[in-house]
Amino acid sequence: MAEVLVGEALVVDSGERRILDVRHLALREGEILAVLGPNGAGKSTLLRVMAMLQRPSSGVVRFREQPPTSSAASLRAGSAAVFQRPHLWAGSVRENLELGLRLRGTARDDTREAAGRAAERFGISHLLEAHTTGLSAGEVQRVAIARALALDPQILFLDEPTANLDSDVRVSLREDLERVARAGHRSTFLTTHDRAEAFFLADRVAVISGGRLVQVGTPAELYENPADPFIAAVTGAEFSLRGVVESAEDGLLHIRVGEVGFTAVGTASTGREVKVAYRPEDLLLAREETPGTSPRNRFRARVLEVRAMGSLLRVRLEGPSEMVAVVTRAASEELGLHPGRKVFVQIKASALHAFPL
Amino acid sequence: MNPFAEAWELLWSGDLYVADVVLRSLYISGSALVFATAIGIPLGTVVALSRFRLRTPVVALINTGLALPPVVVGLTVYILLSRSGPLGPLSLLYSPVAMILAQVVLAGPYIAAVTLAAVQGVPPDVRLQARGLGASRWQATRLHVREVRASLVAAIAAGFGAIISEVGAVMIVGGNILGQTRVMTTTIVLETRRGNFGVAIAVGFILLALAFAVNLLLTLLNARGMRRPLVS
Repeated sequence: MAEVLVGEALVVDSGERRILDVRHLALREGEILAVLGPNGAGKSTLLRVMAMLQRPSSGVVRFREQPPTSSAASLRAGSAAVFQRPHLWAGSVRENLELGLRLRGTARDDTREAAGRAAERFGISHLLEAHTTGLSAGEVQRVAIARALALDPQILFLDEPTANLDSDVRVSLREDLERVARAGHRSTFLTTHDRAEAFFLADRVAVISGGRLVQVGTPAELYENPADPFIAAVTGAEFSLRGVVESAEDGLLHIRVGEVGFTAVGTASTGREVKVAYRPEDLLLAREETPGTSPRNRFRARVLEVRAMGSLLRVRLEGPSEMVAVVTRAASEELGLHPGRKVFVQIKASALHAFPL
Repeated sequence: MNPFAEAWELLWSGDLYVADVVLRSLYISGSALVFATAIGIPLGTVVALSRFRLRTPVVALINTGLALPPVVVGLTVYILLSRSGPLGPLSLLYSPVAMILAQVVLAGPYIAAVTLAAVQGVPPDVRLQARGLGASRWQATRLHVREVRASLVAAIAAGFGAIISEVGAVMIVGGNILGQTRVMTTTIVLETRRGNFGVAIAVGFILLALAFAVNLLLTLLNARGMRRPLVS
């Protein structure tokens, strides 16, 4: 896939503090790229720099391989941005939807048509004549996104588009976002601190921390091969297991955690202390020990607590250390999970990632 | 004769002396307001949106304009325009131009200060959002300022109210010359001193009515402006 937007050696300093330091980041044709990171990691700064709405202290951004000097004007004409707290100007929703096109000098008839189309595509046709002051937060965000879509941009920049919304509104907006972002080979540059959103929407995820990109890859790559504990944590891993490496071979480590032996993916020398990342959903719980299987990555545990978490249950276990599993209600009933219950726990070696301490 | 009855008689009969000072007041303060607005709004906007080394003292200077004593402004303009002053050769002292100049000095910083505060108070997201939709810098500035139209209208109205009812500066630089620089406020002062309360009350009533009419007009214009399309 061709790269439509490339940022090289982007640095943003604020006084003595370096708030962004990105060596290379490319947005490819037709992809959704999500920049994922905690608040204050530099996501919004990176988006503004990539959208050429903020000049970096050093570094260049190129749009479609054009020289940096002509990239800004071309990008401005070929992109649209939506921010976390979008601003709607006083007036009707229709006027707001037409705004970007009118700024670009589009004829009145065409702007009306494009605004109507964008409203329809984003399910806000019924709001077209409404005044912007009476809209809910979800409607405001929908209008802001439809306003950007009315421009039919080659690149859509979305800065935390669902951050200020209620969870049910967030879910429906996310689905609509994916639908419109995928339409017409549009490239989308999205920032979010919500890993579910990033992993749901994005073709590739760039994880940012302290202004630096830690890992860029497909959701599967990040999920299966987290580069470091931060990425593992971002993808939902827990870190309660700590042990010592007994031996290492072919990228696998044999680790002793108390009485239990684990095999995990990782690189560390023998005798090194490591912390082991696992995801609660990867723990398999059983009533009985499966006969004939390797004793590695299997242990006996006692249920400490069972807590409802929407449609799933979060089970706190006391094993070689305190661990957490996630099971369905059906599985919980079948296993008869309740505090004090003894269970057998199993996890695949590929689902464990060890990082030297 | 009862001064109120006399005032009513003067208003009802369209007294030429009263009409002359009213029209001159409108001409002088109206002209001053146009110049003060033309200077104050761009100045306030530019300072609000710019970052430069001497910004803080410039902002402080503009804000000082909110509390400029009219007599001090009158004295300063008098010194500038007096025969021995730097603008003496222009022979503007005791002319309507001198009064317009003094009123511009009074209203300009006031309008600039209110504009600065209003534009500065708009969240930076507004400008960013405009740029994110492809607006040029100029278009983004217009959309930014559009958000504070109500404050600007209020600033202009307040500026007009301040200069049309001001007496100290226009008295010093205008001299209150009959048929040339006599305006409503100086007429009220003079006729009250002379004991001609009827004239003073008639002019005072018109001054109040004018202040109300101008504020009403600007409020209506503002309401109409709110309904104007975002980009015309």
